[in-house]
Amino acid sequence: MTKQTLGIAGILGFLLTWELIPRLGLVEARFLPPASEVLAALALDVQLTAFWAAVGETLVAWAIGLTSAALLAVVIGFLVGSSQFLRRFTNSTVEFLRPIPSVALIPLAVLLFGVKIESSLMLIIYASFWQVFIQVLYGVADVDNVAMQTARSYGLNMAARVRHVVFPTALPYLMTGVRLAASVALILAITAELVIGSPGLGREIALAQSGGAISGMYALILATGLIGVLINMLMRFIERKTLSWHSSIRSEVIV
Amino acid sequence: MRIAKGILYAVGLPALLVLIWWVSTLGAKSFFVPTPGTLAATFAKTWFGDRLFSDVLPSILRLFVGVAAAIILGILAGLLIGSVRWLRALTEPVLEFFRAVPPPVLVPVLMLLMGISDSMKIVVIISGCIWPVLLNTIEGVRAIDGVLSDSAHTYGIGGWARVRYLVLPSAGPQILAGVRQCLSIGLILMVISEMFASSSGLGFTIVQFQRSFAVPEMWSGIVILGLIGVAMSFIFQFTERRILRWYHGLREVENAV
Repeated sequence: MTKQTLGIAGILGFLLTWELIPRLGLVEARFLPPASEVLAALALDVQLTAFWAAVGETLVAWAIGLTSAALLAVVIGFLVGSSQFLRRFTNSTVEFLRPIPSVALIPLAVLLFGVKIESSLMLIIYASFWQVFIQVLYGVADVDNVAMQTARSYGLNMAARVRHVVFPTALPYLMTGVRLAASVALILAITAELVIGSPGLGREIALAQSGGAISGMYALILATGLIGVLINMLMRFIERKTLSWHSSIRSEVIV
Repeated sequence: MRIAKGILYAVGLPALLVLIWWVSTLGAKSFFVPTPGTLAATFAKTWFGDRLFSDVLPSILRLFVGVAAAIILGILAGLLIGSVRWLRALTEPVLEFFRAVPPPVLVPVLMLLMGISDSMKIVVIISGCIWPVLLNTIEGVRAIDGVLSDSAHTYGIGGWARVRYLVLPSAGPQILAGVRQCLSIGLILMVISEMFASSSGLGFTIVQFQRSFAVPEMWSGIVILGLIGVAMSFIFQFTERRILRWYHGLREVENAV
């Protein structure tokens, strides 16, 4: 059997197990509806405008948050990364701020912005900024000395050196950072909606749960997973396209 | 001299930032931003009393149990799936899907299935943290050097010895990369599971402060979560350096060439 057929068999097996667990009464169907029921609910959702509006709100927050975090991280990362002094000066602060869990900011976001998209954006930007920033720092630090000196002796000015030497070196790192940040941003978009109640899929899940629409809730969770898979695929595609010139994916970049 | 310089570099920017914060809150009486003095006093008062035992330590304990269980389960399952080719092909799409599901949505599901209890919070942490460890272990096991694997085979090394001396070391860097992600997800899930459904714990307490507009207390909660995050990352880096000492040494040699 080929890999694809096995993969499909795996998915079918998973759905079958899910279908059987409530049918055989291992878990009450009230708490875990069978797969067929959830898939039916999802099929129903897909025809509704409200569902797509929620998806749209989540994705808008995701896209705005990810883009602004990436832009900020690239600008600050190139500035800090290209100066030995700044790198050492900021190191302790970065190491302290980076592990702070973004959910710690939830109460602050609620106080400052209430249940609006800004709360989601604050969490998304904070969390994805560090992912990209750290990778950009690594990337800028990885510039080959010989290449840099060659560029200097050919009389390339600062801007040209950044454009032709630093940027290509840092690009693979940057893309890894953006790919990681993309999934982190989705997690935080959904989390913010779920916990704070800003508009989007997460809030729909919380509403479905408190309203007792259990198969609806599972359908929405399936939908978030599918969106996550699509985002992963999209990011890998973009990475392949932008790095098509790059001979190998660097082994030290950890997925 | 060199050590003094290092210390100066390490504390320079934080000291500067605190100074700016202190100066900017000196005159103005802002509702949202407490002064450094107030925050420090509130921090000591809020967290070094009964709360340490009723909220902070139980939360940390749940986090520890959940993360440890996720790491062990993830590595065991990863070793199994990674070394059996058909099993890997069979489970890959399903696992990719589970990894893509944002872990916090599992909180309402597990609330339904298990009710609200300590074990539900631990299961939330496990079910969110296991994926990075599991998928990285699978990748690491899959990417074992072919020559090494064949050599081990020729020397008749199999079973546990193979896992101990070939599979775990060569998948180690990947596995630890997964563990690092797992730690930060674990902390997030600890907080969220308590924000959702709890009457004690760090997440609950912080949300409670926010709802009652106890702003300095809320900030002190953010600080304590930050400190836990920083402590976890230090412990991780320390352990990683010990476990992977051979690997970092090897990389240095390779980079020097």
